[in-house]
Amino acid sequence: MLLRETLDSVVVRFAGDSGDGMQLTGSQFAQTTALAANDLATFPDFPAEIRAPTGTAYGVSAFQINFGSCNVSTAGDAPDVLVVLNPAALKVNLPMLREGGQLIIDSGSFTPKNLARAGYTTNPLEDGTLDDYLVLTIDISAQTLGVARPLGLGHKDALRCKNMWVLGLVYWIYDRDPQLTLRWLQKKFHDHPQIAQANIAALQAGHAYAETAELGLMGYTVPAQPQSTGLHGLIGGNKALALGLATGAYLANLPLHFCSYPITPASGLLHDLAATPELGVTTFQAEDEIAAICAALGASYAGSLGVTASSGPGMALKTEALGLAIATELPLVVVNIQRGGPSTGLPTKTEQSDLYQAIWGRNGDAPLPVLAVSSPADGFYCAIEAVRLATKYMTPVIVLSDGYIAHASEPWLVPDVDELQAFPVKFRSDPHGYQPFARDTATLARDWVPAGTQGLEHRIGGIERDALSGAISYEPRNHQRMSDLRAAKINGIAADIPLQTVDGPSSGDVVVIGWGSTYGAINRAVTNLRAQGWDISHIHLRHLWPLPRNLGSLLTHFEQILVPEMNQSQLTRLLRSEYLLPVTPLNKVAGQPFKISEIEQALCRMLEGAEN
Amino acid sequence: MNAPVTVTPRKPKDYASDQDIRWCPGCGNYAILKAVQKTLADITADPSQTVFVSGIGCSSRFPYYLNTYGFHTIHGRAPAIATGVKLANPALDVWVITGDGDGLSIGGNHLTHTLRRNVDVQILLFNNAIYGLTKGQSSPTSKLGTKSPSTPHGSVETPTNAACLALGAGARFVARAVEAQTPRLGQVLARARDHRGTSLVEILQNCIIYNDRAFAELTDKAQLADQQLLLEHGQPLRFGHNLSRGLRLNPQTLSLETVTLGEHGFSPEDVLCHDETNPTLAYMLARLEQPIALGVLYCAPAPTYRAGATPDDSATRPSAAVINQLLRMGSNWVS
Repeated sequence: MLLRETLDSVVVRFAGDSGDGMQLTGSQFAQTTALAANDLATFPDFPAEIRAPTGTAYGVSAFQINFGSCNVSTAGDAPDVLVVLNPAALKVNLPMLREGGQLIIDSGSFTPKNLARAGYTTNPLEDGTLDDYLVLTIDISAQTLGVARPLGLGHKDALRCKNMWVLGLVYWIYDRDPQLTLRWLQKKFHDHPQIAQANIAALQAGHAYAETAELGLMGYTVPAQPQSTGLHGLIGGNKALALGLATGAYLANLPLHFCSYPITPASGLLHDLAATPELGVTTFQAEDEIAAICAALGASYAGSLGVTASSGPGMALKTEALGLAIATELPLVVVNIQRGGPSTGLPTKTEQSDLYQAIWGRNGDAPLPVLAVSSPADGFYCAIEAVRLATKYMTPVIVLSDGYIAHASEPWLVPDVDELQAFPVKFRSDPHGYQPFARDTATLARDWVPAGTQGLEHRIGGIERDALSGAISYEPRNHQRMSDLRAAKINGIAADIPLQTVDGPSSGDVVVIGWGSTYGAINRAVTNLRAQGWDISHIHLRHLWPLPRNLGSLLTHFEQILVPEMNQSQLTRLLRSEYLLPVTPLNKVAGQPFKISEIEQALCRMLEGAEN
Repeated sequence: MNAPVTVTPRKPKDYASDQDIRWCPGCGNYAILKAVQKTLADITADPSQTVFVSGIGCSSRFPYYLNTYGFHTIHGRAPAIATGVKLANPALDVWVITGDGDGLSIGGNHLTHTLRRNVDVQILLFNNAIYGLTKGQSSPTSKLGTKSPSTPHGSVETPTNAACLALGAGARFVARAVEAQTPRLGQVLARARDHRGTSLVEILQNCIIYNDRAFAELTDKAQLADQQLLLEHGQPLRFGHNLSRGLRLNPQTLSLETVTLGEHGFSPEDVLCHDETNPTLAYMLARLEQPIALGVLYCAPAPTYRAGATPDDSATRPSAAVINQLLRMGSNWVS
């Protein structure tokens, strides 16, 4: 009987050609692993090209997953196991594999032609390149063909089952139940029973191949993680935002109009909402980014919740309409799934370099609230908070997510909508004494009067308007007053958002401040160093503008402040200018998320400096 | 002031707002405003159910001068905002006010896509063939050779034909009118309002300051008869003094040609009749430069745009139970 070694956590990376189905393989493994009650974090890493020439380095697609019985906060710094389905995947991904890590390689794909396409002049399976790793070579191509061809598939279609063959093998290694994937295959290929059968056969063959253990293959067990009690599920970043927006609209008692233009990596929101009519969201694919935000704003003007989503270049195009939303004081939620910039930049890679664009990036003094999502599941709650602020304060709100969160998924405690605080919107319908720009004394928000309301006809627009009647006004004092009011309204939101909390001691030598998707890496780095006896605190911001009202005083209780972010010091500069405090940046703009070790090293340098 | 409407308005002035009008004296926009107010009065439009959305430019100040709902937006984007308004509340009667710069230059993209989607709005495109509010630069519809501050030696660009562009974009209602001919403008506006789907009305409008007499052939009584072709569905395409001239289809060149009745053996039977449901004829009429075709060039209703969460647009608000169910989609486990 096989004895399985028990592991706390493992990082596995599946890599192959864009056409090899690595994303499907990875997401199946993630779902199966979630069902096994492991904590996990995933990182799909794929090229912008849909199908780059087969076998080339720029066509390599990978999916990394970190799973364990402990708290998993990132997709892992370096894979323990690298599954490689062609030479190009080896070439691109080998540098990431940890020292002495395990390689599982489809030797059948290492043909002279594929080696040449990948840029290898000698065969790395034979030339000593892999001497420092544990290497398992199997002719997965031949094994898959042997299973799938007899079922009537042609050579090409049969070979496409090799991702399932290797998934079967990996399922065995980590003692995972393949049932979920078997059911998924049956459903996915319901109309193509032959393909379903071949994929199922390949999965089972890979599993059986490992089980026969003639290779002396080691099996592992990664025990279930003790989780908070309740119903859990696996949630992706874009999906969580989509569900959060719909839930926010429900809590506001509003219909939702989602108007968007396709852009990577934000399109998933449009897809999810369009594919889920039960959510009652009206989706509109506009002719461009500008029309998308304009249609959303038009919907808000008519009494709906207008929402648009995009990424950096699209956000740039939406800028003028954002100004109009600020000027006319209509609610709007704008989601920015950030990617590498500037310009087209790195469409499928992650970055946090749109913070300044979100907070300051408009003509005129044009303030609006900015929130940031810190993990896939957090998107759900951020979206709800954005809807709350937009409708309560009659303002556009920007929600920043990023490419890493968009495509990542994590287990979450499934929320119960009935337990969430509702914030139903009250439209004004009383014509008595109505002035379009009269304000609530507490929130400074004007009344929301949807076009179509009897007896409250009025005109709004982008030209500066009288602080009460809304009529065009170029009067100097009025513009001063309106500018002050716009600023005061947004600044006042600081009183309506939670006080900033600190993870760790509320004073000490070092505090790390982060925002957005760096949460996992910072959290793990801080936890690791604390285990070594260091006192380090972690502050993670959800509200980027206005900043939490206690943040400035919190920061004064620390000797040193480290700000890791995937840009060139945007939050760093914001904190310096707001609080006049010395802040040390830790910047990474490689299109890849921070590694835990990178943050640990920066913290160690700081701590050592403090000791000397 | 935004006093509640307590009586059903019936007179054009009942649709005026309290704002002082800031157009130049003699501007063609006054006549258009009057015609629109009369159109609203004729149909006893409910101001609360009527929305005017405009972009930027002289024409786009229009909504401020009506007592309906009004949204003066940003340059070129009015059709996109109007689309959002109509999506959120299909019961509203939505009018878009734009100009040749706003609608055909900076906002050309939104104009064409609104037309092809067939969103149920009226688009009034005030064409004065010049940028007025920015002080007189040549516009997409300026005649070749127009001298302006931005084209001191005369413009070198081929002007856009708004009606042709609209037809090419898939518009189902395209009309052309002249601001100075208020009664006919009113008739066209009424037709546009009746049409379900996007209706595009190009209104040729005089800019007294920067492009005066740009459409003199249509405003000078002496020239008028020979220069304009008044379209009536089912009626022969005749014009000129005593309607002595007409258009026939030259089968050799597949084009319209002007004939004089009684000359070269042409009789009234040779003259084409207007069929506003015929897109080919509409295109040929839209292209005519002499005479200029005025009236409804094309009207062929088609299903209007209704975005929806479901194909039948029956998007209903979800209950908490439905959202909870969706949150639990996929694989779940209990710890």
